[in-house]
Amino acid sequence: MYKFEVTNLSKRYGRLKLFDNISFSLSTGDSMAITGPNGSGKSTMAKIFLKTVIPNKGKMNFSHNDKELDTDVQRILTAFVSPYLNYYAPLTAEENILFFASISGINITGKEINVLLEKVGLEGRGMDTLSTYSSGMLQRLKYIIALIKKPALMIIDEPTANLDESGKIIVRNIIEELRGKCILIIATNEKEEYNLAGRELSLA
Amino acid sequence: MLSKAISIFLKDFRQEFRTRYAINSIMLFGITTLTVVSFSLGESNLPPKLSATLYWIIIFFSAMSSLAHVFVREEESGTAMALRLHTEAEPVFFGKFLFNFTVLFVLMLIITPLFLLFTDTYQGDMLLFSFILFLGIIDLCSATTIIAAIVARTSTKGALFAILSFPIMLPLLLVLVRATEKVFLESTFSQLSPDFIFLVSFPIVMLTASFMLFKFVWFD
Amino acid sequence: MRSAWQWILALAMSTMIVFSFITDAPQQNIGESSRIFYYHIPQAWICVIAFIISAIYSAKFLKSKNLLDDDRAVNAARLGFMFCILATVTGSIFAKVTWGSFWNWDPRETSIFILLLIYAAYFALRGAMDEEHKRAQLASVYSIMASITVPFLVFVVPRITPSLHPEDSIIDENMKFTMSPEVRMIFFSSLIIFTVIFIWMFKLDNRISFLERFQKEKEA
Repeated sequence: MYKFEVTNLSKRYGRLKLFDNISFSLSTGDSMAITGPNGSGKSTMAKIFLKTVIPNKGKMNFSHNDKELDTDVQRILTAFVSPYLNYYAPLTAEENILFFASISGINITGKEINVLLEKVGLEGRGMDTLSTYSSGMLQRLKYIIALIKKPALMIIDEPTANLDESGKIIVRNIIEELRGKCILIIATNEKEEYNLAGRELSLA
Repeated sequence: MLSKAISIFLKDFRQEFRTRYAINSIMLFGITTLTVVSFSLGESNLPPKLSATLYWIIIFFSAMSSLAHVFVREEESGTAMALRLHTEAEPVFFGKFLFNFTVLFVLMLIITPLFLLFTDTYQGDMLLFSFILFLGIIDLCSATTIIAAIVARTSTKGALFAILSFPIMLPLLLVLVRATEKVFLESTFSQLSPDFIFLVSFPIVMLTASFMLFKFVWFD
Repeated sequence: MRSAWQWILALAMSTMIVFSFITDAPQQNIGESSRIFYYHIPQAWICVIAFIISAIYSAKFLKSKNLLDDDRAVNAARLGFMFCILATVTGSIFAKVTWGSFWNWDPRETSIFILLLIYAAYFALRGAMDEEHKRAQLASVYSIMASITVPFLVFVVPRITPSLHPEDSIIDENMKFTMSPEVRMIFFSSLIIFTVIFIWMFKLDNRISFLERFQKEKEA
């Protein structure tokens, strides 16, 4: 049982206050949507959870059966999908997947990759370089790279950005599938998306 | 750790092979300066001190033109974040170090024979010379890899790289120039031993420090 | 309101200055210009001390992540840079008078020049970043990396270029120079006075940066 706890989180840029004293606690199986208008700090909060942005105040605690996890372990257990996350354009989709698997210490076979490509509707495009991909296809690929980690904490920023109708259905299926298995945090403005989550944290 | 570092090195290598950005810029820079030097000097036989100095000036500035590229590319294409979310700092450092080593190795492999040909400096023990060059590559990369990472995270990038590297590399460059000069003057191994002590201990210290400090550069 | 020690310091400084001019010149064969010795060496000494203090606070910052430690590192570096310029200028004037040119690449001149470059690079690096935390972190790493190369500098530079500095100047351990008790008295008081002034300035700067940070916290 994993637990992700946040206490009194505050972030400001100079005098601009983004959010103040945010606290919550989520365990495996819980899901939460972060909502709020543009510029309310949804993405910044996601980045704070990923430790790429430092909060001004507050604590985060990611634990397994009440034992706090080491930073390196936390990194392996956390997956992230976002429109501003980029992968290597000169490399093919397969090379990207294999690369991120190997630096995360995960073994993955060609067959598993094919299954995943099919799941997000990219079958047959594994050998193309990412420079030939559209933004919607890149968004689909991001789900593959997140899923190979078999995350305990999944953070999704704007789940369906750049996606067409079929893409949105695929993402909804992935979210349904993940919901019981891990801690799921979705930052979004789309009503249908935050309805997928068990609870809502509004930054408005 | 090592297998992750090698994955990163191979990724960079493959990326470089398809775009050829770093290798093109370093080669063009090296060959251009070499041509300028040999043109303006004509066929005159250079004194060893001068040719050793010129050689390392060419190498140093060529290195400065492109060794920051491994990190700048990650930051500019926005892939640094993905890399940060997937692995620890140490394999990243080591992978990038290996990549810079390779780039510099290829540069020296091409520039050195051309330089010796153009400036007519044949004398001296070539085996000893190659040994100095090999240590020189390790030395240069050991000091610049972490600085490249620092520079990549600033707003000015390229311009800062030489400014930050130069004071740290100056003692190293002085030793490299002097050791090369000694080889051209046909010194033996034992006469070069103080220089070798420096050239071996410098990267050990720099790499150890970089290894300990790199996580502060790479992560916030 | 001034505390007693500040009055004592003012008195000591004035006495030291007066005595440095009314006594015999410290080095008879160099003559009157050698009086600069009472000022030049303490300045160079502060420059090195400030460099070390800055590196120590940088390391402390990486551990504590307290921006006040970074402020202290910057304050030390700023003062060190100022004293570094003073030492370079006074040294250069002295060099002109005694050796006939402003700059000779004497080992100590080379060392102080590199120190100046490191300070300048440190400030250039800080100027290239807006985000406070990142700036503090990267500048700290650079400061530590630079301080690690200093021992190499001390080892290498004197072996490459011959020294012009008076054999008997204070930094040489084997004090062959027979400093008269009078000269020794003035020199060491000057050294102590400069050090105390440096510490005072450093503390004042630290208080200012503390208050600035406090003010910002309150406004936010």
